[in-house]
Amino acid sequence: MPIGHYLVLSGLLFCIGAAGVFLRRNLITMLLSVEIMLNAVNLTFVAFGRQLGSVDGQIITFFVMTVAAAEAAVGLALVIALFRSRESLNPEAFTSLKW
Amino acid sequence: MASDALLFYAFAAAAVIGALLVVTQRNPVYSVLALIASFFGLSGLYVLLEAPFVAVIQIIIYAGAIMVLFLFVVMLLNVPREDAAEWDRSHPLYRPGAVRAVAVLAILMALQLGWALSRTPGMSTGVAEDRAAASSVADLGVKLFSGAGANGPGYMFAFEVTSILIIIAMVGAVVIARKRED
Repeated sequence: MPIGHYLVLSGLLFCIGAAGVFLRRNLITMLLSVEIMLNAVNLTFVAFGRQLGSVDGQIITFFVMTVAAAEAAVGLALVIALFRSRESLNPEAFTSLKW
Repeated sequence: MASDALLFYAFAAAAVIGALLVVTQRNPVYSVLALIASFFGLSGLYVLLEAPFVAVIQIIIYAGAIMVLFLFVVMLLNVPREDAAEWDRSHPLYRPGAVRAVAVLAILMALQLGWALSRTPGMSTGVAEDRAAASSVADLGVKLFSGAGANGPGYMFAFEVTSILIIIAMVGAVVIARKRED
């Protein structure tokens, strides 16, 4: 397959993820959309790594996955803490710094 | 070659449809399940790109571990989903002026991206028809655990730093999610 196909697919996935972050008002869905964006970038890394015949693209993918796992763990802990204090997942409920 | 193209479009469709379902579903449980389907499509694409180890990791780590973590949290919180539509309607971007401005911006960016892609040379040549795949697990391991040397920078230092990152994330998650007893 031409590399342009992979790039277009990756851009499409990234746009879907960005739209999810901007348009949805649910903390869990927003975190899931961030995961979509990270995976779109992973696809680009692997496609370019294959194009250049090197393993570096795949190795960077591992690092991205590690950061995604750490981000998911901390993000979900924050969601749990926020839900405990406000009983809501709507980001509009968390606009005050102090109460 | 024709079957390759067929597989590419099948996996790409799975990934895109899964991602669209994630964004459009009201119930977070369905969103998580759709994202797992999307990850299976991406894993198939990695196999087509001759990166089998990344494909397996994608299934085991992403679809297996991270998504189960999400699913646990969704079910633990027992999220009320009735007012989700109301939340989306109260979004500031739903005001007419903002919608028009952002839509114009998005269309301009899509046009620009398409123009840039169409002008870039080499976009229509196949992925590495002239190059052998460097994707054996042994190659990956040697590169990942070697320091800076003759064949470019190694990744050993970054790998060790990653372990610190994971410890910090673990401790942070436990501390943040803990119940306060004050």
